[in-house]
Amino acid sequence: MSIQIIKDKCTGCSLCIKVCPFGALTIANKKAIINFDKCTLCGACVDSCKFDAIDLKRDSSKTANIEEYKGIWVFAEQKKGAIQSVVYELLGKARELSTKLGSEVSCVLLGHDVKDKAQELIWRGADNVYVVDTPELEHYLDEPYTKAIVNLIRKYRPEIFLCGATFIGRSLISRVAVKIHTGLTADCTGLDIDEKEKFLMQTRPAFGGNIMATILSKNHRPQMATVRHKVFKESAIDKTRKGKIIEEVIPKTLLTSRTKILDIVEEITSTVNIAEADIIVSGGRGLKGPENFAMLEELAKVLGGAVGSSRAAVDAGWMPYSHQVGQTGKTVCPKLYIACGISGQIQHLVGMQSSKMILAINQDPHAPIFTVANYGIVGDVFQVVPLLTKKFKAALNR
Amino acid sequence: MNIIVCIKQVPDTTQVRIDPVTNTLIREGVQSIINPFDMYAIEEGVRLKEKYGGKTTVITMGPPQAEAALREAISMGCDEGCLISDRAFAGSDTLASGYTLAMAIRKIKDYDIILCGKQASDGDTAQVGPGIATQLDIPQVTYVKKIEDVKDNQATVERMTEEGFEIVKTSLPCLFTVVKEINEPRIPSLKGRMKAKKAEIISWKAIDLDLEEDKLGLKGSPTWVSKIFTPPPRPKGQIMEGDPEETTTQLVEALKNRLI
Repeated sequence: MSIQIIKDKCTGCSLCIKVCPFGALTIANKKAIINFDKCTLCGACVDSCKFDAIDLKRDSSKTANIEEYKGIWVFAEQKKGAIQSVVYELLGKARELSTKLGSEVSCVLLGHDVKDKAQELIWRGADNVYVVDTPELEHYLDEPYTKAIVNLIRKYRPEIFLCGATFIGRSLISRVAVKIHTGLTADCTGLDIDEKEKFLMQTRPAFGGNIMATILSKNHRPQMATVRHKVFKESAIDKTRKGKIIEEVIPKTLLTSRTKILDIVEEITSTVNIAEADIIVSGGRGLKGPENFAMLEELAKVLGGAVGSSRAAVDAGWMPYSHQVGQTGKTVCPKLYIACGISGQIQHLVGMQSSKMILAINQDPHAPIFTVANYGIVGDVFQVVPLLTKKFKAALNR
Repeated sequence: MNIIVCIKQVPDTTQVRIDPVTNTLIREGVQSIINPFDMYAIEEGVRLKEKYGGKTTVITMGPPQAEAALREAISMGCDEGCLISDRAFAGSDTLASGYTLAMAIRKIKDYDIILCGKQASDGDTAQVGPGIATQLDIPQVTYVKKIEDVKDNQATVERMTEEGFEIVKTSLPCLFTVVKEINEPRIPSLKGRMKAKKAEIISWKAIDLDLEEDKLGLKGSPTWVSKIFTPPPRPKGQIMEGDPEETTTQLVEALKNRLI
């Protein structure tokens, strides 16, 4: 690893000085100068230079000073100021991992007027919360969010970085991992620490859940992983927990964006979104028409769940695409998945077979959905579903 | 307008089966297909060209037989196919793949819009699209369900979210990853098939791209697979038949304690 200023190209614009997290750059005679005692070769200046005047030779086969990376970080995704539940699920797992590593757990919280949420993250298991609170970060945008996180990772060097596999998380963290030049494992269903070498063991399904793979990033830090909703258990609230809230300021030049949100439209027809639901009641071709989804909504309401749909029902125009479960829709893993009139094509099964419990209702006893079901009722959905609604209502006192 | 569509040839995961005796993947007889999400990217690339004029180039990184995927895309209306294939790329993870594809796109040089499927059906990572955009230092919009308008070097698109969608305006060039809702891919015409059969495919090896060797293939991949195993099979379920009054009572009895 080596770094140098190419004097012919440097204009002395001082952009690099603003972004250096370590104060390792100064300007003298209109040229940038590097203080090698302070420089950590993090590369923030290289990205900021508009004139390609900083030459960083990186050994990309290994993260430099790898032993200095310590601690577990969790991205505290918020929308309209509300911390997403997947963050608490990640905090639960992070605490478990931190015991094995003997390290701290920190959250990074980006947004506008979100400072007051930091305390809740501490109650849920964070030792430190790094907060960047500024109008530019009010809504999620790929570029400023990426740059803010990259800046903080370079400054604090976490060993592990966890993020929810949400629409925001997946877009954001893919960019961050490339900028940092480190490994990223998507949709982990298991995270553990290797006893001997202390690597993060990241286990995930592949080939539509037909096989599982355990993945390591041995030579790069932070070891980054995303996890879907409902895979891990939420950490409990402990109001006696203490922690530090650290307010960070990111240079404005890093917070610009080439994309702009013109409008946000919320169109989920039922109140709960399927990715986050504990219980999903899904319907397929067997429901025969859009009007019959009302019957599923009633059952979902009694159980406190959301309504999902097979591809067939979406393609027929009975349900919006945002409710589709399966290979070309969403992958879900609720506590209980109730498949009503869904035959169970493999494309549907790959999207729901990791659910903790599956109940299938279908007229055809040979329907493939029964092969993954914990409980199955062979019968007419139009009889069975209303009966279930009635009986659950009575049994659960709702 | 110049459009680049990035596609991947994948094994048809819906055909992947587990050998019940050895508990391993049965790969024999599994067909290769274009990643289902990439079909929407190809269709959108062709539609944009038809609406605004220009050229649509389809590229893929993979073994030599991935050429078949490019020909299929050309039969749907893409103008040109570009195959990036070399032993040196073997073992690439998402970081190395994004880097290699970005370097190939740099070589193509003129582009306004890059389209990718939201994720590949074999790995499901959704990381390579954003990876390419980051390597090229261009903006991205993921989960695009509609491209509303393209003009004056800007595009307005709808991006899917958990709750609905956002309307996003971006400067071009930009990379979009697309979801199923964006369009319905066409069936290739006979004329398209003929054109695809005769089309000359551009073929690039590592040496043709301005690559740093230690960013390629296995060496350029931070993530390593340390173990592969089959998940434990689901325990056999309890299937109830008969009078719905009885089966539903049994079921509610079995489940109610777990739902409180």
